[in-house]
Amino acid sequence: MRKRGPRNYTRLTHPLVRDSRDEPFRQASWQEALDRAARGIARNRGKFGMFSCARATNEMNYVAQKFARVVMGTNNVDSCNRTCHAPSVAGLSAAFGSGGGTSSYEEIEHTDVIVMWGSNARFAHPIFFQHVLKGIRNGARMYAVDPRRTSTAEWAESWLGLNVGTDIPMAHAVGREIIHAGLVNEAFVERATSGFEEYKALVEPWTLSLAEKVTGVPAAAIGELAHAYARAERAQLCWTLGITEHHNGTDNVRALINLSLLTGHVGRYGSGLQPLRGQNNVQGGGDMGAIPNRLPGFQDILDAGVRHKFESAWDTVIQPHYGLNLTEMFEAMEEGTLRAVYCIGENPAQSEADSEQAVRRLKALDFLVVQDIFLTRTAELADVVLPATAGWAETEGTTTNSERRVQRVRRAVAPPGEAREDIDIICELAARLGHEWKYADAEAVWNELRSVSPDHYGMTYPRLERHQGIQWPCPSTDELEPPYLHGRLWDPDPARRGRLAPFGLVRHDPPVDLTDERFPIRLTTGRRLDSYNTGVQSGSFASPLRRGEFIELCPEDAERYGVVVGERVQVTSRRGSVVAPVWIDTALRPGLAFMTMHFPDEVDTNSLTIEANCPIAGTAEFKASAIRIDKLPVATIVR
Amino acid sequence: MTTTALGIPRRLLEFTIDGEPVRAPEGSTILDACRAAGTDVPTLCEGDTLRPRNACRVCVVEVEGSRTLVPACSRKAEGGMEVRTGTERVRHSRKIVLELLASSVDLSTTPRVREWIKEYGAEPGRFGADAGRVNEAPRVDNDLYVRDYGKCILCYKCVDACGDQWQNSFAISVAGRGFDARIAVEHDAPLTESACVYCGNCIEVCPTGALSFKSEFDMRAAGTWDEDRQTETTTVCAYCGVGCNLTLHVQDNEIVKVTSPHDNPVTHGNLCIKGRFGYQHVQNRN
Repeated sequence: MRKRGPRNYTRLTHPLVRDSRDEPFRQASWQEALDRAARGIARNRGKFGMFSCARATNEMNYVAQKFARVVMGTNNVDSCNRTCHAPSVAGLSAAFGSGGGTSSYEEIEHTDVIVMWGSNARFAHPIFFQHVLKGIRNGARMYAVDPRRTSTAEWAESWLGLNVGTDIPMAHAVGREIIHAGLVNEAFVERATSGFEEYKALVEPWTLSLAEKVTGVPAAAIGELAHAYARAERAQLCWTLGITEHHNGTDNVRALINLSLLTGHVGRYGSGLQPLRGQNNVQGGGDMGAIPNRLPGFQDILDAGVRHKFESAWDTVIQPHYGLNLTEMFEAMEEGTLRAVYCIGENPAQSEADSEQAVRRLKALDFLVVQDIFLTRTAELADVVLPATAGWAETEGTTTNSERRVQRVRRAVAPPGEAREDIDIICELAARLGHEWKYADAEAVWNELRSVSPDHYGMTYPRLERHQGIQWPCPSTDELEPPYLHGRLWDPDPARRGRLAPFGLVRHDPPVDLTDERFPIRLTTGRRLDSYNTGVQSGSFASPLRRGEFIELCPEDAERYGVVVGERVQVTSRRGSVVAPVWIDTALRPGLAFMTMHFPDEVDTNSLTIEANCPIAGTAEFKASAIRIDKLPVATIVR
Repeated sequence: MTTTALGIPRRLLEFTIDGEPVRAPEGSTILDACRAAGTDVPTLCEGDTLRPRNACRVCVVEVEGSRTLVPACSRKAEGGMEVRTGTERVRHSRKIVLELLASSVDLSTTPRVREWIKEYGAEPGRFGADAGRVNEAPRVDNDLYVRDYGKCILCYKCVDACGDQWQNSFAISVAGRGFDARIAVEHDAPLTESACVYCGNCIEVCPTGALSFKSEFDMRAAGTWDEDRQTETTTVCAYCGVGCNLTLHVQDNEIVKVTSPHDNPVTHGNLCIKGRFGYQHVQNRN
């Protein structure tokens, strides 16, 4: 096996500037760099977009979205949640009015049936999976729905290895079977949901045998899942990017939510829906309003009352319409209506689908300022680079995890060189653009957020410390709410039950990038245990598990193409082509290949993926590309 | 509505420790009650996140009516019990246990053991200079952590943490019998050829430093490891969205070790390879 040393990105220690993109960077003083950044942003007022950071603190995200809305007067603020769980947020808020996972980790230890759908949590969320394992050891049965027979599936009662992009047929068939078997929780459907009759008609064609044809999963296995889920006293439905990273990701999420509505597996202890978030603060970034359609506290921009509250708190005017999301901002770059970007801690040049297109669009900007701890590929394209601190180890603040738990982040080490905290930098820029914001510390930012977000009001820093984190909603400084959301749906009083949860009427729509004779293999993507995203963070520790990027094939396909482990092959999609060595994985099956995006400097997997976006959430279809594999003229084998 | 499920109310049991009346909730161990009462009981194989293994016998106490000494870490408290922690019999037993362990195992990095050896008057040297020892060089077969069997007391905590109690990787078990018993991966291979996923949850529970971060091992070898100069700061992991709490041990502005609070509701003291070892990127400072 190839031995690979850590690939080191070195910390940025000084601001970098340049007069034109053809020149190399030169070190500059903070004064000069900030002045240049302020000028570059100011001259593009009305054509500005902010990329906030799903890995930085809540406090930083709060200040970043405030910068976009108050200083620049735009709602064009978003983060990389767009490339992962935006469909979960969109789907959950459409059904329940709130974008968070409905359950807590502890509940999964006390449930009866666990469905892991499109989630290899054993690798991607190992400590969450320990809670799942506790549940299994307490007697819960787990079902894994995933095209790959992953390490998660190894713990399953049954593995449903569906074809990539057939989640909706599977979900609808499960729904139909529940209806036909008379296992619908009729009282719950009657009292807490709407649109059941339409849903029933919608799923009626999805018989188990039709679903078997489309998904490739035996009808009996689908039937067993339906009966197990519906008969369980308590059940948890968990998903990850296998559901969301599709061109119809929000529809996929709605299709899963439907099953919880049908069976009443939501709003009770042990029963709920759990999207597992991919970044340390992707939940919090959205909660803080660093998304184009919500103000802090996940409050809707279109609500005039909400806007009025923020307008008086911030002494500003909030645009009464949604801003552009990350995907739309990239499209606006193409059209020339977005000319300046302030990018904090994101690496879209490597994380976006169809990365070549993303780089071309970033290069065409009039002005790009990047604030990061490393000179990432995105930073290399910038006019000004500002060295920041690592949120998790060098600043004070909070982050919010997948179970909506707000937890304290603390400064343990001093940042290198002249690197400064994100909030300081943003405030310096705001001051140069006419807004003097004075925050004594992160707690002051947090207290301002508490004053405008009822869901966070009760979470003072001392309380967060005392309880080892508190889950939202937490409106009171004296009490704590239950660990699950939407208990209201079970309330006998219709007024307190509130808005009924609508069934999502969504239809099957196969992946955009079809396989055919020229591109016969379905490529799907995911994470490995020891690596993370574009590898900027995870690349520099000496992991004995790291083996770099491979194109993983099943043994049958390897034999068909006459390739062996370590042999470098050409991998081509309709958008691009890379050379990668082969790995053989028995978890795959004929016609299915797997790659990660952890080593983009080595193999740029995202030059293969398709930018077919979910129209509701803007997430691209990273999980389904069509590729072909060609042997190189001269075989080279890497070991 | 209540915040968390409180469970069935537990009765308080009344009994005595060293003649003093104490009360402890039903289900507590004698050790829990001793700690609550401020009575110091030495422990090695006991782990706050693990089920008792009863391997080391250093926590034994006397219970009225019991023929043998009982391990405080696993024996449940009962109403009316008379527990004695400082009798001659208890002290003698602890002394022998400490002598046997300290004569065969390198306890130089075991917290508090020197204090107990003094307290119980243990003389590990009395078995002679030729007392059996493992005499194995530390195994350094990867860049993340080191196994030093010369420091292993075979308490099984690492096996339990790797196995069904937390990690469920089952990479390690006990191989061999008697004095040849060792914690080993399958076929006693190097870690890099085993099922190990480098979560380091075994290091987290190791009571003697037999398992340690390579960073700690190297610094000890170089004589630069100094816990008095280290700070411990608990923050949240920067990788996935699970939100694991990390305690960063920092010396001279370098992260030298990562642990997790054992009472944390997210981690219960467990981490994955990224959280435990993936910190290097913040200190690639030049």
